[in-house]
Amino acid sequence: MKSAEEIFEMLKGEFGDSILVLDNDTPTEPIISVDPLQIHRVSKFLREHPDLQLDSLMCLSGVDDANGNKVTNADGDELIEGGTLSVYYNLHSVSLKHKISLKVSTSRTEPKVESVENIWKSANWHEREAFDLLGIFFLNHPDLRRILMPYDWDEFTTEVSRHPLRKDYKNPEFYQGMKVPY
Amino acid sequence: MGLLDKEFSDGNIVIAKVDDLFNWARLSSVWQLGFGLACCAIEMMATSMSHYDFDRFGVIPRNTPRQADAIIISGTVTLKMALRIKRLYEQMPEPKYIISMGSCANCGGPYWEHGYHVLKGIDRVIPVDVYVPGCPPRPEALLEGLLKLQEKIRNESLRKKSA
Repeated sequence: MKSAEEIFEMLKGEFGDSILVLDNDTPTEPIISVDPLQIHRVSKFLREHPDLQLDSLMCLSGVDDANGNKVTNADGDELIEGGTLSVYYNLHSVSLKHKISLKVSTSRTEPKVESVENIWKSANWHEREAFDLLGIFFLNHPDLRRILMPYDWDEFTTEVSRHPLRKDYKNPEFYQGMKVPY
Repeated sequence: MGLLDKEFSDGNIVIAKVDDLFNWARLSSVWQLGFGLACCAIEMMATSMSHYDFDRFGVIPRNTPRQADAIIISGTVTLKMALRIKRLYEQMPEPKYIISMGSCANCGGPYWEHGYHVLKGIDRVIPVDVYVPGCPPRPEALLEGLLKLQEKIRNESLRKKSA
């Protein structure tokens, strides 16, 4: 069993600048921030190191931090410009009984995060969900399709109505000839 | 409703209007498409079980739309599902009836404002005969919905579908 500080120090020693900060001041497990384009290496280490053995990805969540500038476009819609989207990974070691959370933040305009699908298979559908609802692209994902919204959603929507859990999402007026708003 | 009014004394011959006979036959065997969507489907299943016994009104679930007379839209209709429901409806033979069960199928229910994926009422896609309010409606409410549908069928004419 390792504490969050010990795990953080191990990662810092192994990967240096790819590991950003340890946030201990959370109501849940402490969160380690990681570079989104290094998350695959870091995850592999966390899973395979004999002292860590974080073999279970309990959850993977996408979050719209909504920390950009609010601007109003020509149609009068309020949009968010800049800022970040984040992905949280909740890890658990079944044998060593410790937990840790990872966080990666990526730019809102071009959200790209490495996939961890070939490390924890449960990431496959979770990453598809984050892609579907927030538009985060997972590099090297084997099957990055929408999972909840219709496959042909893009054909009926515009830039602001593509990913429903973005904070500046606007519902499209019609989908396949069906009126969407109430 | 008049079907047996003109019975002859020997008991083996009945005279009735074709309309009455057809309507009586149709309303007494409303075979529904075995199809559930959300929590309303649980109530619909409870209605089918022995305690409420849908079968006493002639409602039997069928596993193909080709053999179904009615479809109960029992739950939240997502935009993705609406297309499938429309296809199922089109595969059913005439005469066909639709019971919209619960607030979600009626008007979007609790998803009316922020449900980006929910169709705000199944009547935007297919024509509804009876709306059953409730969230979810109790089996008694669904039974009353069926009785309303039977009442509607009873007043039909062969020349046009709805009374």
